[in-house]
Amino acid sequence: MDVETLSRIQFAITIMFHYLFPPLSIGLGVLMVTMEGTYLRTGDPQYHAMTRFWSRIFAVNFAMGVATGIVMEFQFGTNWANYARFVGDVFGSALAAEGIFAFFLESGFLAVLVFGWDRVSPRMHFFATCMVSLGSIFSAIWIVVANSWMQTPAGYMIDPEQHRAVITDFWALVFNPSSMIRLFHVLMGAFILGSFFVMSITAYYVLRGRHLDFAKKSFTIALGFGTLCSLVMLFSGDLQARVVGFHQPAKLAAFEGVFKTEPGPTGMYLIGWPDPATQTVYGVKVPYMLTLLMYRDLSTPIDGLDRFRPEDRPPVRVPFMTYHLMIGLGTAFVGLTVLASYLRWKGTLFEKRWLLWVFVFAVGGAYLANQAGWVSAEVGRQPFVVYPKVEKGADGMYTMTGGMRTVDGISNRNVVVASQVLTSIVLFSLVYAMLFAIWVFVLNTKIQHGPGEPEKPALPGSERSGFFDAAATLVDRQGTTLAFETRERSKGDE
Amino acid sequence: MEITSLQLLWFVLLGILLAGYAILDGFDLGVGILHPLARDDRERRVMMNSIGPLWDGNEVWLVVFGGALFAAFPKAYAAAFSGLYLAFILLLFCLIFRGVSMEFRSKRPEKIWRTFWDWSFFLASTLATFLFGVAVGNSMHGLPLGKDGDFVDSVRLVQMLHPFPVCVGLFAVSAFALHGAIYLNMKTEGELHNRVQRWMWTAFWCFLAMYVIVTVYAIVAIPRATSSFRNYPWAVLIVGLNMLAIANIPRSIYLRRPLRAFVSSACTIAAFTFLFGIALFPNLIVSTLGPEHDLSIARAASTQKTLGIMAIIAALGIPFVLAYTAVIYWVFRGKVVLHDESY
Ligand code: HDD
Ligand code: HEM
Ligand code: HEM
Repeated sequence: MDVETLSRIQFAITIMFHYLFPPLSIGLGVLMVTMEGTYLRTGDPQYHAMTRFWSRIFAVNFAMGVATGIVMEFQFGTNWANYARFVGDVFGSALAAEGIFAFFLESGFLAVLVFGWDRVSPRMHFFATCMVSLGSIFSAIWIVVANSWMQTPAGYMIDPEQHRAVITDFWALVFNPSSMIRLFHVLMGAFILGSFFVMSITAYYVLRGRHLDFAKKSFTIALGFGTLCSLVMLFSGDLQARVVGFHQPAKLAAFEGVFKTEPGPTGMYLIGWPDPATQTVYGVKVPYMLTLLMYRDLSTPIDGLDRFRPEDRPPVRVPFMTYHLMIGLGTAFVGLTVLASYLRWKGTLFEKRWLLWVFVFAVGGAYLANQAGWVSAEVGRQPFVVYPKVEKGADGMYTMTGGMRTVDGISNRNVVVASQVLTSIVLFSLVYAMLFAIWVFVLNTKIQHGPGEPEKPALPGSERSGFFDAAATLVDRQGTTLAFETRERSKGDE
Repeated sequence: MEITSLQLLWFVLLGILLAGYAILDGFDLGVGILHPLARDDRERRVMMNSIGPLWDGNEVWLVVFGGALFAAFPKAYAAAFSGLYLAFILLLFCLIFRGVSMEFRSKRPEKIWRTFWDWSFFLASTLATFLFGVAVGNSMHGLPLGKDGDFVDSVRLVQMLHPFPVCVGLFAVSAFALHGAIYLNMKTEGELHNRVQRWMWTAFWCFLAMYVIVTVYAIVAIPRATSSFRNYPWAVLIVGLNMLAIANIPRSIYLRRPLRAFVSSACTIAAFTFLFGIALFPNLIVSTLGPEHDLSIARAASTQKTLGIMAIIAALGIPFVLAYTAVIYWVFRGKVVLHDESY
């Protein structure tokens, strides 16, 4: 395989792996703020135990996010050197802003959130939780702005001498046509994931009859939030699709499998299988639907891929399938959460065991929807890495000028050779597979351990020496075992 | 090409970021290097928890350094990162393993689990430090930059390991081990504290030996290291201050003033970063194929507009960063205490 393909595979592996963790941090962060806020307001120690439990899971997840994020940042230089030269002037400032505004905030206050329970006052601790949550949202802001600029560039021009993009208008760059809409969608995706994650674990506790009070309260908070976000997602997704339609028409055509422009209104496939060889889609089609959603009328046809030069066309099958997967899952989440909310309101939700089982596994769907959305967005913009100017000629044909093709973005071929990239892909795959297994294993340990019993939180400082002494004596007796783990095991499998 | 003041500002800011990273992550890398010296599980936990709340914030200095290099000098970022491909990939693995080994180690009590993460923590910290040193050594020595601002061919790992970079790598390991030992001395008590006292002395002598070797080597074999003093004679002052700081380390250790020793070793690290910057100036990457290929600050820089925007971003962000870094270090001051949420 050539360097381009290998670099793309490597980028896809590393970014998709990175993107397993940030959305959970973002979603869980907001939920933890809600929980700890409720604790401060009501003084109910159950909410205190709740925040503590979720903050431990948060910490494990965060560490993975950090470890995999650094790879992303370096990779622009290692594998995409010409891309880095081309966009550095525009793109770099967003990355630097992310570091300064987001990562310092997040990593600093995370320390207080995780280790600071006995060291700072409850109010200060709550403040730290808010800052961590804010920090994770900030990191999404900047990276999504950067990505959106690549999708719908604005506020720049090409410097012909040095052949690179240079900033002309910073705010136009930040508020490029797709950035705020995409940001909103990405955040909603993360919130949905966070809610489903909490619901999955707590539904499991309810089914097993463990930590019932904790589980039901957590579930209810997450369900409310998840229902809201799932509903908002329909609206947000519609906005997203229209932005794609106006700014990246070739991508929309790929999403919907519109190979040929039809004279009348265009229908939409609810489900299907596109076959690029025969230029047909096998599936269930609702007439008029796509035109209606896109143009809010019943006549304008959607431009198909035949309006683009062959070398400008994206692949169809992957974007089509992942895009439809995302929408299918999004719709399913609406149904699921609305039903559960209704039952919760009636008070019978926690007796519906089958539904709780669905929730135990639904979190997988939320991960899948997030990944599928990104794959469709990124593969749909191929063969460009920085999207060109799109103009429609009088004959209805589109011309695409400027931008940068993905092939031109890779590092020079004599500098980075295929064998090096292949080596690193193999290493990344092995290490990531191992880390993933360990992450699941550790998460499972945490989940089996469960939250601590709610206790009146001691005054700052008073419990510190107690734990220390207890830990020390236990360690002395048992070698390597720790106080709290001993407690955990002596509780045994309930 | 003339260097504009904004370009100079960003060169200096990058130096500050690098120095900040080396000082802050330096001590937690150092703790990792010393990790195998701990005798039992409790000691290992104390060591890990001494940096537990801080290491991630420290690493962000590197992340921001990377981002700022990308934004301010994209050509240097692109050339160095792609040219030293495998070295960077290796570094990434070290950083990955370091982070997760701290996070995961305490999550299971089994001995084999903990031993695995202990090793990964130690090896990743040591190798990362060594690689940083090798990178600095290679930059001093020069890299095979061609006329298009890119390396003429891919540099293999073994090619990076000439004697000089290896010496700088070992020097970095000894410096961070010393820095970490001094830090641990502030954070521990009891029997471990006494042993750390001995580690400090050993680390100091290793550091001193490597310092002499690297300095002599640089003077003899690396013309760039000395030529900068001809252009900027005042830089000799830094060398002098640096020696004073180095001398103050054993003095403070002897007087049992670890905080002073820590400040001295931090100053030393800052001085080395400064000297490194002076040796490169006015270039970012120097070419072994002749000075006309050097990637100068002016040639590698982004536009004035971008540099200006970033200066505003930095001016807005840095006060906050300093404020909460101070808060975090204040909250977690004092000796390590293990409790429920510890690693
Ligand atoms: C829980 C996750 C989730 C759910 C339920 C949905 N999405 Fe989504 N979607 C994402 C998570 C996501 C994402 C991962 O966050 C993406 C990838 C890139 C982006 O901007 O957001 C995305 C991208 C994305 C794009 C592509 C944007 C681009 O290429 O520029 C469109 C058109 C939609 N979505 C539309 C929808 C619609 C109509 C949905 C119907 C309910 C929907 N999404 C549900
Ligand atoms: C290719 C693009 C990306 C790059 C270069 C990148 C870079 C990074 C880096 C360097 C870190 C570690 C920060 C630290 O040390 O504290 C990180 C973590 C993080 N990133 Fe990414 N990232 C990318 C994509 C994304 C996306 C798309 C999102 C969210 C929408 C995101 C959200 C986060 C968050 C929230 C964290 C904190 C760790 C966590 O919460 O798990 N990143 N990223
Ligand atoms: C976090 C969510 C993201 C996911 C899941 C994601 C996913 C992907 C995937 C699957 C590819 C491979 C496409 C292909 O092989 O055809 C890709 C390519 C790429 N993406 Fe993204 N992406 C994300 C965010 C970003 C961001 C934030 C940036 C930049 C700021 C970015 C920049 C790139 C680049 C440079 C490539 C390589 C060129 C290409 O193949 O398109 N991605 N991404």
